[in-house]
Amino acid sequence: MTVEAEIVDLGSRAAPKKGRRLRAFLRNPNFVAGAAILGFFVFLALFASLLFADDPQAMVSSPLVWPGDDWQFPLGTDSLGRDVLARLAYGAQASLLVGIASATIGLAIGMVVGATAGFFGGRIDSVLMRLVELFQTTPTFLLVIVIVSISDPSLGTIVVAIGLASWPTVARLVRAQFRSLRESDFVMAARSLGYSRLRIIVQEILPNALPPIIVAASVMIANAILTEAGLSFLNMRDPNVVSWGGMIGDGREQLRNAWFLTALPGAAIAMAVLSLNLVGDGLNEILNPRNEQ
Amino acid sequence: MSLLVVDKLTVGFPGHTAVHESSFAIEPGETLALVGESGCGKSVTAFSVMRLLPPNAKVVSGRILFDGLDLLTKTPAEMRDIRGKQISLIQQEPMTSLNPVLSIGLQIMEVLRRHEKISRKAARVRAIELLDLVSIPDAHRRVDDYPHNLSGGMRQRVMIAMAVACGPKLLIADEPTTALDVTTQAQVLDLLDDLRHRLKMAVLLITHDLGVVAQWADRIAVMYAGRIVEKADIKPFFAEPLHPYSRGLLGARVDVDTEEHYLTDRLTEIPGSVGSAAMEAGCPFAPRCPIVVPGCRLAPPPLIVQGDRAVACPRVT
Amino acid sequence: MGRRIATTLRRAAIHAGPTVLGIVVLDFLFLQLMPGDAADVMATEAGSATEESMAALRHQFGLDLPLLSQLGNFLDHLAHGSLGYSPRFNTTVLDLILQRLPGTLLLMITALSFALLLGIVLGSVMAAWAGKWPDRLLSVVVLLLYSMPGFWVGLMAVVLFSVKLGWLPNDGSETIGAHLTGFAFLADRLSHLVLPALALASFFVAVYARLVRTSMLEVQRQDFMRTAQAKGLNPFLIQLRHALRNALIPVTTVAGMHLGNLLGGAVVVETLFGWPGMGRLALEAVLARDFSVLLGVLLLSSLLVIVANIAIDLLHAWLDPRIGEA
Repeated sequence: MTVEAEIVDLGSRAAPKKGRRLRAFLRNPNFVAGAAILGFFVFLALFASLLFADDPQAMVSSPLVWPGDDWQFPLGTDSLGRDVLARLAYGAQASLLVGIASATIGLAIGMVVGATAGFFGGRIDSVLMRLVELFQTTPTFLLVIVIVSISDPSLGTIVVAIGLASWPTVARLVRAQFRSLRESDFVMAARSLGYSRLRIIVQEILPNALPPIIVAASVMIANAILTEAGLSFLNMRDPNVVSWGGMIGDGREQLRNAWFLTALPGAAIAMAVLSLNLVGDGLNEILNPRNEQ
Repeated sequence: MSLLVVDKLTVGFPGHTAVHESSFAIEPGETLALVGESGCGKSVTAFSVMRLLPPNAKVVSGRILFDGLDLLTKTPAEMRDIRGKQISLIQQEPMTSLNPVLSIGLQIMEVLRRHEKISRKAARVRAIELLDLVSIPDAHRRVDDYPHNLSGGMRQRVMIAMAVACGPKLLIADEPTTALDVTTQAQVLDLLDDLRHRLKMAVLLITHDLGVVAQWADRIAVMYAGRIVEKADIKPFFAEPLHPYSRGLLGARVDVDTEEHYLTDRLTEIPGSVGSAAMEAGCPFAPRCPIVVPGCRLAPPPLIVQGDRAVACPRVT
Repeated sequence: MGRRIATTLRRAAIHAGPTVLGIVVLDFLFLQLMPGDAADVMATEAGSATEESMAALRHQFGLDLPLLSQLGNFLDHLAHGSLGYSPRFNTTVLDLILQRLPGTLLLMITALSFALLLGIVLGSVMAAWAGKWPDRLLSVVVLLLYSMPGFWVGLMAVVLFSVKLGWLPNDGSETIGAHLTGFAFLADRLSHLVLPALALASFFVAVYARLVRTSMLEVQRQDFMRTAQAKGLNPFLIQLRHALRNALIPVTTVAGMHLGNLLGGAVVVETLFGWPGMGRLALEAVLARDFSVLLGVLLLSSLLVIVANIAIDLLHAWLDPRIGEA
């Protein structure tokens, strides 16, 4: 076969491969289930203000209506007479926002640190890995509490705090990827062509290191949601923002007579986190080259 | 009576058949070499005898008679009494076939205490004796070592010690020296041969290396694409291989008196690969055969017995 | 064996040194970032203060020195075992934390043991029936546990076991004023321990179960498993002696990586159950805006993680004879 024929062949193979990828996503039950649940929560978060026009902080009914008792408030009302369903929808906004934003911060820091350590190796690597170890030794949740209590418990602070505390895992992962890819043929080729280091890192290595990072991202969002829930349960939260963890904290007072106030937001957290974990598991199965075929 | 009779064994994996109606026998105390390229079904055959096939593989038909009793009808518990006691196994990779977190002494004692009623202390003494038997120096000290303390050749000796611990009648050695360097190979095979005479056990030696076969086997069975294509005693086989595949394996310049060079020479290349036999309706070797005729592609030729040997090729009988 | 343990211990200690120093410096930096200083806290406690008295206080505590000398002082105090004084709790920070340490340790060790035990059992069962219905069912359960916030699991357990059934207490670490002795005392403490330990362990049960499942399946493919079978050993013994021991090596590594998370989780769980531990102290310190206590907790829990990691290294060395050689 001539060289040209080979190139044509490669080109024609690329198209069905894309189709196969998509089908691989759709055929993975974990991914489909996770994406469906996640899609539901995203929908809820995006259209909360359209679906529930009233202020979620406002008293709309008599307090402590049980779910199913009044169909105007299908999931009941809390001790201040606020609509639980509406609050759950608005809570989705806070949870997803904190989850995605802090995961983005954590990913950014982790990728820069991990890529630098893995690509350059040597002394830079050992110093950076010390730093990673330092942050991994410090209990994440305590670190977040310390950072939040230095400043005020606004949504922004919480996002930054969780992001700052969650990067070490990504850094380790990215470093491992970079260390193995650094020696690969295509990177050697790029080096011999005289590409700059930054170009090699960003254009050659990063795209190939991406699949496990994408999987890690979904798990990071899930963990950030859990951390945010814990924080707002402990009342370290923005008082103007409805959050699921905060709803659990409020509902805890009524644990004896209205446990649904605790159960519902907790179930919402569990479902949101579950969906992200399912997506992560699914992505892992699809993207992991060891699992192909 | 033959010690082991494999009778028309067929083993299937999902989607393909790894072993087709293969038959061979091993007499007490003899070494039979089962020879073929990797993927030809020789390891699957060996694991069938131990009933240790991977979970997705299944014996479809046939019988495996050991001392006249069909192993395929034994219960799992009966099989466990046979494994390690009557039939034992040496695997290809000494680096991975010993458990890395248990001492070699414990791994030898384990098989002794499974099949013989002896105390821990007595088992330890026996383990040291066995290590001595396989020529591991300083056996009484080495007994507490872990596999990672030993070289590949030493580990394979430990595997042999473990395999012969309970005096089995049959030892299955699955490419026992492939992972070792040439000098160690010869030492390990000499040890195996010596032990077989002293302990009066039969050996099923699985290998792709004809040099090993020429030096250490009594008889040979050549396997190709899941079928046995030729069976013979060593001398006549090397003097005149009959099946075209056997001839291809040996090449033209082979001389039975200068066995040594098999250790250094790889097999002569035969055009094509075993894979090309997958879709073949007739003789599996037809796509690569230099003397193929249209009739070869109709049905797989049966193994025809001619005196002491048998061959599955109508073109040479 | 003894030599390997000693080597492992020495290596771990050498390795931990710089980390400890790093944590101390980080701690100091956070202290600098905290709004207000000890003088402010004292002035607030006293009710009123003039500029001069504040300056005097600052001078007395060395707060007017350059940053590096302050770090020097901080290290000096630490070397003498002093983490500072808490005006709010009216005792030294170290005493305060040491009072709470046993509570946290008890809770942590109980939760970790429970999580490991249940995780290993669930993971092994899932691996043994991989792809069949017990595996599928347990996978769902484990994934749910993996996704539920531990404190919420705790709250739901309170609803069931304390509110509805009335079986278990849900506040504190013992019945206050009961003056129990002997077996009754032990039973009382245990019953108080169950729910917090359960809440803290739930997430980690899932972590370990998933991990044990994966590594048990990985081990099944190893050649030495076939060797063990070829010896005619009992399948249960093969799984226990040959498979599990190898499968536990990655599990111990991950257990070490999660210790920090476990301590973090303790903050919420201790607060939730009124458990007298370091975590609850941290939150009390936040509410009281007593940052020296908060950072003391951060420092000590980091040290606790380091010590626990050394213990895990030793366990690792015991499980894997290849570690600590030469």
